Amino acid sequence: MELLGYYNYWVFAVLLMIGLYAVISRGNLIKKLLGLSIFQSAVFLMYITMNKVEGGTAPIIRDGVAEQYFSNPLPQVLILTAIVVGVSTTALGLAIVVRIKEAYGSIEEHEVFKADQDS
Amino acid sequence: MIIVFALFLLTLLVITAVAIVRAENLFVAVMLMSLFSLLMASNFFILDAADVALTEAAIGAGVTTVIFLGALALTAEREQSTNSARWPTVGVVSVTVLILLYATFDKPRLGDPLAPVHQHVAPWYLQNTPDLIDIPNVVTAVLASFRGYDTLGEVFVIFAACIGVLFLLDVRPSGDSTKRPANSQGVGHHLIPRVVGRLLVPFIILFGLYVQFHGEYGPGGGFQAGAIVATGLILHALLQGEQVALASIPRAAMTGMVIGGTLLFGLVGVAAIALGGNFLDYSVFHSNPVTGQQIGILAIEVGVGVSVCGALLSIFHAFAARELK
Repeated sequence: MELLGYYNYWVFAVLLMIGLYAVISRGNLIKKLLGLSIFQSAVFLMYITMNKVEGGTAPIIRDGVAEQYFSNPLPQVLILTAIVVGVSTTALGLAIVVRIKEAYGSIEEHEVFKADQDS
Repeated sequence: MIIVFALFLLTLLVITAVAIVRAENLFVAVMLMSLFSLLMASNFFILDAADVALTEAAIGAGVTTVIFLGALALTAEREQSTNSARWPTVGVVSVTVLILLYATFDKPRLGDPLAPVHQHVAPWYLQNTPDLIDIPNVVTAVLASFRGYDTLGEVFVIFAACIGVLFLLDVRPSGDSTKRPANSQGVGHHLIPRVVGRLLVPFIILFGLYVQFHGEYGPGGGFQAGAIVATGLILHALLQGEQVALASIPRAAMTGMVIGGTLLFGLVGVAAIALGGNFLDYSVFHSNPVTGQQIGILAIEVGVGVSVCGALLSIFHAFAARELK
């Protein structure tokens, strides 16, 4: 049971590396961005894992309830804004991919490199 | 019992991530990414982060998927199976994973109340929110007031990214509405999307407004509300087609929302200086500093909500209205 307390961190490490694998080894630019999204989500998972307190609840104070234990609000604030920033930066990446497709006629990395070398 | 469920969800996350990387059809990969976000949101909820779960569900599973699909429509749906340097990558990645796994044993166990992260400023926030701001949701209090600078910076990043997308995809604010892609009539002619969509759109927007104005009392706030309202309007655009959607909310209005929301946030900060306080110190807005804080939080949450909604809509329409070249 003691070891299960680390399971979230193991999933974090594995997800992080799955994302990195997609970014490095896949030639397709959209696949790379999907990998980057997985990588990013893994980091979110690590932060949110750290916010949990045993026996705690979501940090919303209720009047007249004694002995309340709350999880840590700070990582939640950081990740909440990071998720919204994440989607805008992903959209920026996708916009660049769309422009690459229009300029080179392909979104495969090796074809784009080849077109660059030929010209 | 909940721990078994959490383990199940976490394992599903890993399986989904592997499936995303392996899928050669990019459409399948994007749909799996949506599933991945929903699973991630469930995990966040189990870990007591209700606000974050709401955000991830609205943005990760909703808006991101639609934007990816919009980009797929302009590029290619299939991936060519070329794995450059597969085995070296597998080697590097496995070694790193082993090092990371080894490092996790130095981390505090899940839920340990004595972990260093719980000893720094977080207890101060939890203890002083009732006295200084007096709103139940501590996450909103930290987001809007204690760490307002941070949030202002994030809103500027969203603003900058949105402007970047509009420049890259060459969207003109006025936009000549005569040129539209051929497939712009939407899916409104299919019976099921039309009936279900028409029923859902008003309620999604209503829920978004509830999340906006109830953000001080329950999970929610400007970021979530902006995303949820944007999801409702994107659903409307998918049903009715680009032409109708852009006629009901013109491009200039969406860009105005991004700029106006960001400006409102900044001006609230400047107004605090003008009234003799510090930048983004809302206490000066009212003779009672606690009420002043609440006024300030309401104002900047509206700014954040409008800005996020406008940014997501502008980005969606930038992809959706672009012609295939």
